Amino acid sequence: MTTRVTPAAPPAAVTVPPGAPGGQGGRPAAAAAPSTVEFEEQVVLTRERSRRRWERVLQIGVAVAIIGGWETAARTGLADPFFFGQPSGVAWTIWRWTTRGTPQGPLWAHVVVTLEETILAFLIGVALGVIAGFALGRNRTLAAIFGPYVRMGNAIPRVILGSIFVIWLGLGMASKVALGVTLTFFVVFFNAFQGVREVDPNLVNNARVLGANNRQLSFDVMLPSALSWITSSLHTSFGFALVGAVVGEFLGANQGLGYLVAAAQGAFNSNGVFAAMVILSVVALIADALMTRLEHRLTPWRPPGQRAGP
Amino acid sequence: MAVVQSQAAIELRDVTKRFWTPRGTYYTAVRDLTFDIPQGEFCAIVGPTGSGKSTTLSLVAGLDVPSRGEVTVLGEPVNGVSRSAGYMFQTDAVFPWKNVVDNVATGPIYRGVSRAEAQRRARDWVARVGLAGFEDRYPYQLSGGMRKRVALAQSLINEPRILLMDEPFAALDVQTRTLMENELLELWSQTSASVVFVTHDLEEAIALADRVLVFTAAPATLKHAYHIDLPRPRSVTEVRFDRRFTSLYAQIWEDLRDEVVEAYERSKRGSAA
Repeated sequence: MTTRVTPAAPPAAVTVPPGAPGGQGGRPAAAAAPSTVEFEEQVVLTRERSRRRWERVLQIGVAVAIIGGWETAARTGLADPFFFGQPSGVAWTIWRWTTRGTPQGPLWAHVVVTLEETILAFLIGVALGVIAGFALGRNRTLAAIFGPYVRMGNAIPRVILGSIFVIWLGLGMASKVALGVTLTFFVVFFNAFQGVREVDPNLVNNARVLGANNRQLSFDVMLPSALSWITSSLHTSFGFALVGAVVGEFLGANQGLGYLVAAAQGAFNSNGVFAAMVILSVVALIADALMTRLEHRLTPWRPPGQRAGP
Repeated sequence: MAVVQSQAAIELRDVTKRFWTPRGTYYTAVRDLTFDIPQGEFCAIVGPTGSGKSTTLSLVAGLDVPSRGEVTVLGEPVNGVSRSAGYMFQTDAVFPWKNVVDNVATGPIYRGVSRAEAQRRARDWVARVGLAGFEDRYPYQLSGGMRKRVALAQSLINEPRILLMDEPFAALDVQTRTLMENELLELWSQTSASVVFVTHDLEEAIALADRVLVFTAAPATLKHAYHIDLPRPRSVTEVRFDRRFTSLYAQIWEDLRDEVVEAYERSKRGSAA
């Protein structure tokens, strides 16, 4: 789980400022007689477009094949819908949950609870991870003393802790947040730590010659430099916070999306399990998109296309 | 080369610097190095690659401590990072997360100037290095030459009494490089700063400097010093056609060549002295 995301490489040289001559401006419309060069360009362009169209068709084809195959298998009895569910059933379940609520209460209430736990775990985990990672990255003695314990902590399969947290903190929100924190903390910690360690020594020396004291070195050079590592870990750590919340709910709760999965499982309702999974994925995708925006806000100085995330 | 001066800007006395290598042996980068740089002099250091030129600069800047010997800047022994030095690094060392003005304003802010005043001074310097209109750009939006201008303004805004330059223009293309060299001379002529300019390009060294120090292959020590008696103000582009330039070049190259060959032979054998 030591997800180390490499920050973007330093920007390559020479960027033509916008408005400078020589860029590929709009190619003027073909003159009276289109030259061979322009014809060739047209051919290449058309070929490229049709290639992209094909990729899109095949991409959608994969989804149609999987869902269609599943549906067909369920209808023909090849796969028993009781165990394996059925896409139309899953869709119907999602529709029913959104319009009429789940057997365990309105759907939005569960989504809100899970999101609340996730965001709390994320915020606490990130804060602790950044502080600890930064402190250990900056101070060799602290790193020597606590380093092995942090690695040991990271080696514990965190899901096991979920059960202990339910016993300690009860069925409420606290146990889920605690589990989420133990998952996010380490991701952020290792990135912040590495980020501080990997600060370009030239930047540090430059700051020193310019007159930086230790505090200025920490907050004006090390922190911003580590920020690119930290922000690239935010995607992963938000995912982990969500996992923590859902697994926590699954292990023991009375609300949340994980609880819906557990309840559906208890009622042998495979479609319900899948429906909750689909809703979770949608929530995760939206959160990921928001995280990308946050990242752009935090590091506006990084060239576009060098920011993390596929 | 006994330069007798009431107070030299930079003095090195029998300076030796050794580093531990990962193999557990010592690597001597600089050995028994002694030289003076008078105030206001533009001094270039040439020598083969890996000959401790950069190490010498970092000792003068106070970024590193000599293993033996003494470094004095403006009459004071160097103890920690010198407040009166400016440093231009070989690789890009501008802060990628700061825009042009904020990068240039960094030094004054570190030295306790108010943010508004630092910004005002920085805008002035940005204009002086020819980057007016680019104040709000981030370094990734600038060309290599423009980033060097930012670095130059960033150093000069602190009004350093000594300016240390470690192959600052090595990464630039030839045209941009001569342009930057001319601008450096122009900006330097308006100050009373002493400059130590490390390069492995002898032409660059002669075109810019008042004096050229030739370093030996590692461990570096001073081989010879040459006074460059070419008239100022100079144009880096034109001075190269000067007859005197050619004869100085031939003379110094004669000296430098042996060291370059020596360094090359050694690197081929792969032995780290």
